[in-house]
Amino acid sequence: MDIVVNGETRAAEPGVTIERFLLDHELDPEVVVVERNGEILARGDLAQTVLAPGDRLEVVHFVGGG
Amino acid sequence: MKAGETAQAARELRTKGASQLTIAGRAFGSRLIIGSGKYDSPETMVKCLDASGAEVITVAVRRVSLDRSDDESLLRWLDPHEVLVLPNTAGCYTADEAVRVARLGRAAGLSEFVKLEVIGDERTLYPDVRGLLEATETLAREGFFVLPYTSDDPVVARQLEEAGAAAVMPLASPIGSGMGILNPITIRFVMDAVSIPVIVDAGVGTASDAAVAMELGVDGILMNTAIAAADDPVTMARAMRLAVEAGRLAYESGRMPKRDYAQPSSPVEGRVGA
Repeated sequence: MDIVVNGETRAAEPGVTIERFLLDHELDPEVVVVERNGEILARGDLAQTVLAPGDRLEVVHFVGGG
Repeated sequence: MKAGETAQAARELRTKGASQLTIAGRAFGSRLIIGSGKYDSPETMVKCLDASGAEVITVAVRRVSLDRSDDESLLRWLDPHEVLVLPNTAGCYTADEAVRVARLGRAAGLSEFVKLEVIGDERTLYPDVRGLLEATETLAREGFFVLPYTSDDPVVARQLEEAGAAAVMPLASPIGSGMGILNPITIRFVMDAVSIPVIVDAGVGTASDAAVAMELGVDGILMNTAIAAADDPVTMARAMRLAVEAGRLAYESGRMPKRDYAQPSSPVEGRVGA
Protein backbone atom coordinates (compact mmCIF):
# COMPACT_ATOMS: atom_id res chain seq x y z
CA MET A 1 0.00 0.00 0.00
CA ASP A 2 1.07 3.60 -0.53
CA ILE A 3 1.45 6.29 2.08
CA VAL A 4 2.85 9.81 1.79
CA VAL A 5 5.86 10.64 3.94
CA ASN A 6 7.18 14.21 3.96
CA GLY A 7 5.42 14.87 0.69
CA GLU A 8 6.70 11.79 -1.12
CA THR A 9 4.79 8.60 -1.92
CA ARG A 10 6.27 5.56 -0.18
CA ALA A 11 5.38 1.89 -0.03
CA ALA A 12 4.51 0.39 3.34
CA GLU A 13 3.54 -3.14 4.31
CA PRO A 14 -0.13 -3.42 5.26
CA GLY A 15 -0.54 -3.72 9.02
CA VAL A 16 2.82 -2.16 9.83
CA THR A 17 3.05 0.18 12.82
CA ILE A 18 4.61 3.63 12.53
CA GLU A 19 7.39 2.55 14.87
CA ARG A 20 8.21 -0.41 12.60
CA PHE A 21 8.10 1.80 9.51
CA LEU A 22 10.57 4.24 11.13
CA LEU A 23 12.92 1.47 12.23
CA ASP A 24 12.83 -0.06 8.75
CA HIS A 25 14.07 3.29 7.44
CA GLU A 26 16.81 3.50 10.08
CA LEU A 27 15.02 6.27 11.96
CA ASP A 28 15.11 6.32 15.75
CA PRO A 29 11.55 6.73 17.10
CA GLU A 30 13.06 8.37 20.20
CA VAL A 31 14.38 11.42 18.35
CA VAL A 32 11.79 12.08 15.66
CA VAL A 33 8.35 13.60 15.93
CA VAL A 34 5.56 12.24 13.76
CA GLU A 35 2.45 14.00 12.58
CA ARG A 36 -0.15 11.69 11.01
CA ASN A 37 -2.89 13.23 8.89
CA GLY A 38 -2.34 16.54 10.66
CA GLU A 39 -2.31 15.14 14.21
CA ILE A 40 0.88 14.95 16.24
CA LEU A 41 1.38 11.49 17.73
CA ALA A 42 2.66 11.00 21.24
CA ARG A 43 5.90 9.03 21.22
CA GLY A 44 4.23 6.23 23.18
CA ASP A 45 1.59 5.81 20.47
CA LEU A 46 4.04 5.07 17.64
CA ALA A 47 4.24 1.38 18.51
CA GLN A 48 0.45 1.03 18.60
CA THR A 49 -0.52 3.08 15.57
CA VAL A 50 -0.97 1.00 12.42
CA LEU A 51 -0.50 2.71 9.08
CA ALA A 52 -3.50 2.87 6.77
CA PRO A 53 -3.41 3.30 2.98
CA GLY A 54 -3.12 6.96 1.99
CA ASP A 55 -1.86 8.08 5.42
CA ARG A 56 0.07 11.31 5.26
CA LEU A 57 3.03 11.43 7.62
CA GLU A 58 5.23 14.33 8.50
CA VAL A 59 8.40 13.06 10.19
CA VAL A 60 10.70 15.72 11.61
CA HIS A 61 13.72 16.06 13.84
CA PHE A 62 16.09 18.75 15.11
CA VAL A 63 18.87 20.04 12.89
CA GLY A 64 21.27 22.97 13.21
CA GLY A 65 19.56 26.36 13.23
CA GLY A 66 19.79 29.81 14.71
CA MET B 1 40.56 46.99 55.93
CA LYS B 2 43.66 44.87 56.58
CA ALA B 3 45.72 43.36 53.79
CA GLY B 4 44.33 39.84 54.32
CA GLU B 5 40.73 41.03 54.28
CA THR B 6 41.46 43.08 51.18
CA ALA B 7 42.85 40.04 49.39
CA GLN B 8 39.73 38.09 50.31
CA ALA B 9 37.48 40.91 49.07
CA ALA B 10 39.52 41.16 45.89
CA ARG B 11 39.11 37.44 45.27
CA GLU B 12 35.36 37.77 45.68
CA LEU B 13 35.29 40.69 43.27
CA ARG B 14 37.33 38.83 40.68
CA THR B 15 34.99 35.90 40.73
CA LYS B 16 31.76 37.91 41.07
CA GLY B 17 29.68 37.00 38.08
CA ALA B 18 26.97 38.99 36.39
CA SER B 19 23.45 38.35 37.64
CA GLN B 20 21.46 35.51 36.11
CA LEU B 21 19.11 35.55 33.17
CA THR B 22 15.62 34.39 34.08
CA ILE B 23 12.98 33.61 31.46
CA ALA B 24 9.52 32.38 32.44
CA GLY B 25 10.84 31.55 35.91
CA ARG B 26 13.74 29.47 34.66
CA ALA B 27 17.20 30.76 35.56
CA PHE B 28 20.21 30.44 33.29
CA GLY B 29 23.82 30.91 34.32
CA SER B 30 24.77 32.62 31.06
CA ARG B 31 23.19 35.53 29.23
CA LEU B 32 24.45 34.19 25.93
CA ILE B 33 22.23 31.97 23.80
CA ILE B 34 23.75 30.40 20.72
CA GLY B 35 22.36 28.91 17.55
CA SER B 36 23.46 25.51 16.26
CA GLY B 37 23.33 26.32 12.52
CA LYS B 38 26.06 26.68 9.91
CA TYR B 39 28.80 24.74 11.72
CA ASP B 40 31.15 22.65 9.62
CA SER B 41 30.50 19.68 11.91
CA PRO B 42 28.50 18.79 15.02
CA GLU B 43 31.81 18.34 16.84
CA THR B 44 32.71 21.99 16.28
CA MET B 45 29.22 23.04 17.35
CA VAL B 46 29.57 21.14 20.63
CA LYS B 47 33.02 22.65 21.29
CA CYS B 48 31.60 26.13 20.65
CA LEU B 49 28.73 25.46 23.01
CA ASP B 50 31.21 24.52 25.73
CA ALA B 51 33.47 27.50 25.03
CA SER B 52 30.54 29.93 24.96
CA GLY B 53 29.20 28.86 28.34
CA ALA B 54 25.68 29.14 26.88
CA GLU B 55 22.96 27.12 28.58
CA VAL B 56 20.45 27.55 25.76
CA ILE B 57 20.98 26.46 22.16
CA THR B 58 18.51 26.88 19.32
CA VAL B 59 17.72 24.16 16.79
CA ALA B 60 15.56 24.04 13.68
CA VAL B 61 12.74 21.56 13.03
CA ARG B 62 13.11 19.89 9.65
CA ARG B 63 11.84 16.86 7.78
CA VAL B 64 13.99 13.76 8.11
CA SER B 65 15.44 12.23 4.98
CA LEU B 66 14.32 8.64 4.45
CA ASP B 67 17.13 8.04 2.00
CA ARG B 68 20.16 9.56 3.70
CA SER B 69 21.56 7.74 6.68
CA ASP B 70 23.88 10.69 7.49
CA ASP B 71 20.84 12.88 8.19
CA GLU B 72 20.98 12.59 11.95
CA SER B 73 19.21 14.45 14.70
CA LEU B 74 21.21 17.04 16.62
CA LEU B 75 19.90 15.40 19.77
CA ARG B 76 22.68 12.86 19.20
CA TRP B 77 25.06 15.68 20.11
CA LEU B 78 23.22 17.70 22.73
CA ASP B 79 22.32 16.65 26.26
CA PRO B 80 18.93 18.16 27.09
CA HIS B 81 19.76 17.79 30.79
CA GLU B 82 22.79 20.04 30.36
CA VAL B 83 21.35 22.70 28.05
CA LEU B 84 17.93 23.94 27.06
CA VAL B 85 17.46 22.79 23.46
CA LEU B 86 15.27 25.54 22.05
CA PRO B 87 13.35 24.69 18.87
CA ASN B 88 12.83 27.57 16.46
CA THR B 89 10.25 28.10 13.75
CA ALA B 90 12.78 29.42 11.26
CA GLY B 91 11.61 29.42 7.68
CA CYS B 92 7.94 29.89 8.56
CA TYR B 93 6.14 32.65 6.68
CA THR B 94 2.69 32.43 8.26
CA ALA B 95 1.35 32.20 11.80
CA ASP B 96 -0.25 28.84 11.02
CA GLU B 97 3.03 27.33 9.79
CA ALA B 98 4.89 28.65 12.81
CA VAL B 99 2.29 27.28 15.23
CA ARG B 100 2.46 23.89 13.53
CA VAL B 101 6.26 23.78 13.73
CA ALA B 102 6.22 24.97 17.35
CA ARG B 103 3.87 22.12 18.26
CA LEU B 104 6.10 19.61 16.46
CA GLY B 105 9.12 20.97 18.33
CA ARG B 106 7.37 20.70 21.68
CA ALA B 107 6.30 17.13 20.91
CA ALA B 108 9.98 16.17 21.16
CA GLY B 109 9.25 16.47 24.86
CA LEU B 110 12.12 18.71 25.95
CA SER B 111 10.40 21.88 27.18
CA GLU B 112 7.63 24.39 26.60
CA PHE B 113 10.03 27.00 25.22
CA VAL B 114 9.95 27.99 21.56
CA LYS B 115 11.84 30.60 19.59
CA LEU B 116 9.12 32.00 17.38
CA GLU B 117 9.93 33.29 13.92
CA VAL B 118 7.35 34.40 11.41
CA ILE B 119 9.29 35.83 8.50
CA GLY B 120 7.73 38.50 6.31
CA ASP B 121 10.46 39.21 3.79
CA GLU B 122 12.91 36.82 2.20
CA ARG B 123 15.65 39.33 1.52
CA THR B 124 15.85 41.07 4.88
CA LEU B 125 14.35 38.21 6.93
CA TYR B 126 12.38 40.85 8.76
CA PRO B 127 9.55 39.47 10.86
CA ASP B 128 5.92 39.67 9.85
CA VAL B 129 4.76 41.26 13.10
CA ARG B 130 1.08 40.65 12.43
CA GLY B 131 1.69 36.92 12.03
CA LEU B 132 4.06 37.00 14.98
CA LEU B 133 1.44 38.50 17.29
CA GLU B 134 -1.18 36.00 16.15
CA ALA B 135 1.15 33.01 16.64
CA THR B 136 2.38 34.32 20.01
CA GLU B 137 -1.17 34.59 21.28
CA THR B 138 -2.11 31.09 20.08
CA LEU B 139 1.00 29.43 21.49
CA ALA B 140 0.95 31.30 24.82
CA ARG B 141 -2.64 30.13 25.26
CA GLU B 142 -1.43 26.55 24.70
CA GLY B 143 1.12 26.91 27.49
CA PHE B 144 4.21 27.62 25.44
CA PHE B 145 6.90 29.98 26.67
CA VAL B 146 7.17 32.05 23.52
CA LEU B 147 10.37 33.89 22.62
CA PRO B 148 9.52 35.88 19.49
CA TYR B 149 12.19 37.19 17.14
CA THR B 150 10.91 40.65 16.32
CA SER B 151 11.79 44.04 14.91
CA ASP B 152 13.28 46.69 17.20
CA ASP B 153 9.93 48.39 17.68
CA PRO B 154 8.70 49.27 21.19
CA VAL B 155 5.04 49.23 20.16
CA VAL B 156 5.28 45.71 18.74
CA ALA B 157 7.31 44.61 21.77
CA ARG B 158 4.55 45.80 24.10
CA GLN B 159 1.91 44.07 21.99
CA LEU B 160 3.94 40.85 22.12
CA GLU B 161 4.11 41.09 25.90
CA GLU B 162 0.34 41.60 26.01
CA ALA B 163 -0.08 38.58 23.71
CA GLY B 164 1.74 36.46 26.29
CA ALA B 165 5.38 36.38 25.15
CA ALA B 166 7.88 35.20 27.79
CA ALA B 167 10.58 37.52 26.36
CA VAL B 168 11.03 39.67 23.28
CA MET B 169 13.95 39.24 20.93
CA PRO B 170 14.50 42.35 18.81
CA LEU B 171 16.97 42.19 15.96
CA ALA B 172 20.04 44.41 16.15
CA SER B 173 20.60 44.21 12.39
CA PRO B 174 19.46 41.66 9.78
CA ILE B 175 19.96 37.94 10.51
CA GLY B 176 23.41 36.80 9.44
CA SER B 177 24.54 40.33 8.51
CA GLY B 178 27.08 40.80 11.31
CA MET B 179 26.55 44.56 11.26
CA GLY B 180 26.17 44.88 15.02
CA ILE B 181 23.79 47.19 16.90
CA LEU B 182 22.59 49.59 14.21
CA ASN B 183 20.13 51.46 16.39
CA PRO B 184 20.87 51.42 20.11
CA ILE B 185 18.07 53.91 20.78
CA THR B 186 15.31 51.63 19.54
CA ILE B 187 16.75 48.73 21.55
CA ARG B 188 16.51 51.00 24.60
CA PHE B 189 12.95 51.94 23.69
CA VAL B 190 12.08 48.25 23.58
CA MET B 191 13.64 47.74 27.03
CA ASP B 192 11.59 50.63 28.41
CA ALA B 193 8.39 49.36 26.79
CA VAL B 194 8.25 45.88 28.36
CA SER B 195 8.78 44.21 31.70
CA ILE B 196 9.71 40.80 30.23
CA PRO B 197 13.35 40.04 29.29
CA VAL B 198 14.76 41.65 26.15
CA ILE B 199 17.18 39.46 24.24
CA VAL B 200 18.96 40.86 21.20
CA ASP B 201 18.57 38.27 18.45
CA ALA B 202 20.49 38.63 15.22
CA GLY B 203 23.05 41.02 13.85
CA VAL B 204 25.96 40.63 16.26
CA GLY B 205 29.20 40.23 14.27
CA THR B 206 32.02 40.31 16.77
CA ALA B 207 32.76 40.58 20.48
CA SER B 208 32.48 44.37 20.73
CA ASP B 209 28.97 44.20 19.23
CA ALA B 210 27.96 41.83 21.99
CA ALA B 211 29.51 44.06 24.65
CA VAL B 212 27.76 47.15 23.25
CA ALA B 213 24.40 45.36 23.36
CA MET B 214 24.94 44.14 26.91
CA GLU B 215 26.06 47.61 28.06
CA LEU B 216 22.70 48.93 26.90
CA GLY B 217 21.22 46.69 29.58
CA VAL B 218 19.55 44.03 27.47
CA ASP B 219 18.99 40.78 29.33
CA GLY B 220 20.76 38.54 26.86
CA ILE B 221 21.97 37.96 23.33
CA LEU B 222 21.20 35.21 20.85
CA MET B 223 23.76 34.71 18.12
CA ASN B 224 24.68 32.07 15.58
CA THR B 225 26.61 33.21 12.53
CA ALA B 226 29.04 35.42 14.47
CA ILE B 227 30.44 32.28 16.05
CA ALA B 228 29.83 29.67 13.34
CA ALA B 229 31.25 31.77 10.51
CA ALA B 230 34.41 32.91 12.34
CA ASP B 231 37.69 31.45 11.06
CA ASP B 232 38.17 29.92 14.50
CA PRO B 233 34.64 29.40 15.85
CA VAL B 234 35.68 27.89 19.19
CA THR B 235 37.90 30.86 20.09
CA MET B 236 35.19 33.27 18.95
CA ALA B 237 32.70 31.43 21.17
CA ARG B 238 34.99 32.13 24.12
CA ALA B 239 35.36 35.78 23.02
CA MET B 240 31.58 36.10 22.99
CA ARG B 241 31.28 34.57 26.42
CA LEU B 242 33.75 37.14 27.79
CA ALA B 243 32.15 40.03 25.87
CA VAL B 244 28.65 39.23 27.09
CA GLU B 245 29.85 38.93 30.65
CA ALA B 246 32.02 42.06 30.40
CA GLY B 247 29.18 44.07 28.89
CA ARG B 248 26.76 42.92 31.57
CA LEU B 249 29.17 43.68 34.41
CA ALA B 250 29.80 47.13 32.92
CA TYR B 251 26.04 47.74 32.75
CA GLU B 252 25.55 46.59 36.32
CA SER B 253 28.48 48.75 37.46
CA GLY B 254 26.96 51.97 36.11
CA ARG B 255 29.35 53.65 33.73
CA MET B 256 30.92 57.09 34.33
CA PRO B 257 29.23 60.04 32.67
CA LYS B 258 30.65 61.20 29.34
CA ARG B 259 32.03 64.75 29.10
CA ASP B 260 33.37 66.88 26.28
CA TYR B 261 36.63 68.12 27.83
CA ALA B 262 39.44 66.44 29.70
CA GLN B 263 39.57 66.14 33.46
CA PRO B 264 42.92 65.19 35.00
CA SER B 265 43.07 61.93 36.88
CA SER B 266 45.99 63.09 39.03
CA PRO B 267 45.73 65.85 41.69
CA VAL B 268 46.23 69.38 40.38
CA GLU B 269 47.43 70.46 43.85
CA GLY B 270 51.06 69.94 44.92
CA ARG B 271 52.63 69.68 41.52
CA VAL B 272 56.44 69.83 41.66
CA GLY B 273 57.80 73.33 41.07
CA ALA B 274 54.37 74.96 40.94
